[in-house]
Amino acid sequence: MLFVRCKECGAKLSASRCFEFKLAVNNLPDEELLSYGHRACSGCGAIIAVRLALKASGRDVIVVQPTGCMEVVTTPYPETSWKVPYIHVAFENAGAVASGVWRALKVLGKKTKVLVIGGDGGTVDIGLQALSGALERGENITYICYDNEAYMNTGVQRSGATPFGAVTTTSPAGKLSFGEDRPKKDMPHIVASHNVPYVATASVGYPMDYVEKVKKALSVEGPSYIHVLTPCPTGWGFDSSKSIELGKLAVDTGMWILYEIENGVEKINYIPTKRKPVVEYLKAQRRFRHLSDDIISKIQEEVDRVWERILKST
Amino acid sequence: MRDIVEGSRAVAEAVKLCRAKVISAYPITPQTHIVEYLAEFVANGELDAEFVRVESEHSALSVCVGASATGVRTFTATSSQGLALMFEVLFIASGLRLPIVMVNANRALSAPISIWNDQSDSTAVRDCGWIQVYVETNQEALDSVIQAYKVAEKVLLPFMVCMDGFVLTHTYEPVDIPDQRLVDDYLPEYDPPIKLDPENPVTIGPIADPNYYMEFKLVQDEAMNEAKRVLKDEDEKFGEIFGRRYGLIEEYRTDDADVVLVTMGSLAGTIKDVVDRMREKGKNVGLVRVRLYRPFPKDEIVRALKDFEVIGVIEKDNCFGFGGGALFHDVRSALYGKSNAKVIGFVAGLGGRDIPYWDIEKAYEMCYEARVKEVPDVVWIGVRDWFRR
Ligand SMILES: Cc1ncc(C[n+]2csc(CCOP(=O)(O)OP(=O)(O)O)c2C)c(N)n1
Ligand code: SF4
Ligand SMILES: [Mg+2]
Repeated sequence: MLFVRCKECGAKLSASRCFEFKLAVNNLPDEELLSYGHRACSGCGAIIAVRLALKASGRDVIVVQPTGCMEVVTTPYPETSWKVPYIHVAFENAGAVASGVWRALKVLGKKTKVLVIGGDGGTVDIGLQALSGALERGENITYICYDNEAYMNTGVQRSGATPFGAVTTTSPAGKLSFGEDRPKKDMPHIVASHNVPYVATASVGYPMDYVEKVKKALSVEGPSYIHVLTPCPTGWGFDSSKSIELGKLAVDTGMWILYEIENGVEKINYIPTKRKPVVEYLKAQRRFRHLSDDIISKIQEEVDRVWERILKST
Repeated sequence: MRDIVEGSRAVAEAVKLCRAKVISAYPITPQTHIVEYLAEFVANGELDAEFVRVESEHSALSVCVGASATGVRTFTATSSQGLALMFEVLFIASGLRLPIVMVNANRALSAPISIWNDQSDSTAVRDCGWIQVYVETNQEALDSVIQAYKVAEKVLLPFMVCMDGFVLTHTYEPVDIPDQRLVDDYLPEYDPPIKLDPENPVTIGPIADPNYYMEFKLVQDEAMNEAKRVLKDEDEKFGEIFGRRYGLIEEYRTDDADVVLVTMGSLAGTIKDVVDRMREKGKNVGLVRVRLYRPFPKDEIVRALKDFEVIGVIEKDNCFGFGGGALFHDVRSALYGKSNAKVIGFVAGLGGRDIPYWDIEKAYEMCYEARVKEVPDVVWIGVRDWFRR
C-alpha cells in the first residue's frame, strides 16, 4: 500500500484526497444555502449531507426531494430552510419529477443543475422504479441518496437498506428473531448497471471526500449518483455528539466502503490501513446491541471476505 | 384546415397547436394513438418539445409536475388503469396549482380487465381537484384541449379532457384544424407567477400542519369555482375566433320536452338521433349534455332541469354500494330543494357494452312511465334479461 501526505494538513493518505474534517471545513464556501432553524434532530447525519451538498452545488441548482425526514424537517410551512429553488412532490417519484425539471430547463435553454436528495426508502425501495427510468433515459440529474438505513420519518421501520442484524420497529428482535435477517440492497451497483457515467459512495464521517464527489457528480453529463451513509442518532440509538465518529467508524471497520464507479470502472477510494473490528461499530449503537457473539462474528467474517476480494483485486 | 382525422390525431394536432413543451406519457389502449402521433411530431421536428418516455403513468404525471413547476407547458394522456395509477399525483398536481393538461381516453376499470369504453375511470377521480370536461365529438376534443390550456393557466388548476375511448379516439370524423396563427392569438405563452428558478428561489410542496392545511384547500376550492366562470368566458372568446362554442352544458330540444335525459360524452350523439326519431313519432323528448363536469355547473343544471317532472340520467359508470352513476347523484343533489322532479339513474354501457337506440328509447319510455307510476331509482339497461332474473 502506498501512502502520500496531504500537502496542506500533513495527514497520511491512502487516496488522492484528504479525508480530514479540519481541512474539509476550511475548503468549503462560507455561504449557507440551507438555513438554520430546520427541525432535524440534533446530531442528524443526513442534514449535514444536505448542507454540504449545497455548499458543493452553489446557487444555480434546483433541488428535488421525495417525502422523508429531510423534506419534513426543512419545509414546515410557512417556513423553509431552502435558499435554492426546491420541490417536493411525493415519496416514490423524485426520479420522475427531476426528469421533468431537467427537461423543462433544457427547453428553456438553462444550465441549472438538478439535484435530488432522497432517503434510502425513497430511493432503494418505493422510488426505485422512477429512479431506474430516469437513469436509463440518461436524464441529466444528480441523485444523492442519504442513507440512514431505515424509514426514519415514519418511526424507524426497516427498508431495503437496513443492514443485517439491525433492529427496527418492523424488524424487532424477539424469541425467534435477531432483527433484520437480510443483507443491505447493493444500490450503488444497481445504479451502475444502468450504464451511468458516475456512481460513488460516501460517508458524512469523511465530509471532504463527500463534497468532492458531489462536485464531480454535478459536473458530469448525464445521470450521476451518490450514496452517502448518514448516521441517525434517533433511529440507530447513539449519542448525538457521535454522528461523525460513527460515520468514520463505519468506514474504518470496513462495513461501509468508499468507492467510485466512473464509466463502469470501479475504484476503491479509501483502504483503511488497519481495519477496526466491526464490533466497535456495532456496540456503539442500540440497534445492534442485542446481537450475539455468533452473529457478530458472522458479520465480521462477511466484511473480511469482501475486503479480501477487494485487496486481491487492487 | 378541414380534414378527416382520427380522434387521437385531432388531440395530437391540438397539443401541437398549443406548443406543449414537455410531453410525457405511458402507453395504454385506447390512449396509445394520441402519444404515438405526438412522438412522431417530435421525431419529425414538427413539434419542438421534449417527449419523455417514462416507465409508468405515475412517472408520466410526475414528469409533468416537475416540468410545469419549472415553468413550461406540459401534456400527458392516459386511460383507465393508467389514470388509477396516477391517483396520488392527480391530487398533488391540483394542490400545487399546476396547469397540466391531460386527455383521458375513457375506458373501463379492471377487474375483469377490459380495454373498452366506459367512464368509470375519470368519474372515480371527479374530486381530485382537476377541471373535467367530457366531449361529444373529435372536433370538440381538439377545441377543448386548446380551451383547456387557456383556462388552466388562468386559474392555475390542471385540466382533464375526457373523450370516450375507441368511440372517439379511434373514429375518423371531419375536423377543422385551426390555423396556428389563430391559436397563438388565443393562447399566450405560458408564464406562471411562481416557478422553480435560481434567480428567485421558492419552496414548492412544503408540509402544512393543521394550522395551515385548510386555507390551502379553501383557495383551491375557490379557484375551482372561478374556473367555471373562466371557461364560460373563454368558450365565448373561442367562439368569436374559431366560430365554435360549446357552453358548460348543452340543451337539445328541451324547450317543449315532456321528459329529458342527461348524459356526458359521445353518447349524446346517439341520444340526439333518438330524440329526433321519437319526436317524429310524437314523443317530445329532450337531452341535456353535461360538458363541464368539474366544477359542476349547478346553476345551469338547475335552470335547465328544474321544471321537468321526470329526469333520467344515463351514464357509463356506477357508484358501488349506493347505486347509479356519479352524474345521477350530482344532478339529484343539485336539484335538491329546487325541484320535485323524479330522477332516475340509468347505468349503461359499462365495459364497452353497446348502447343501441332502442335501449335509449326504453329509458325515455321509463321516464314517461314514471309520470304515472312508481319506477325504481336506479335501472341498469342493456343487461341480458336472463341475468336479471
Ligand atoms: C406512497 C407513500 N407511502 C408511504 C408514505 C409514508 N412515508 C413517508 S416518509 C416514509 C419513509 C421515508 O424513509 P426514507 O426514504 O428512508 O427517508 P427518511 O425518513 O429515513 O429520511 C414513509 C414510509 C408516503 N408518504 N407515501
Ligand atoms: S430521525 Fe434521524 S434522519 Fe431523521 S431528522 Fe432525526 S436524526 Fe435526522
Ligand atoms: Mg431512511
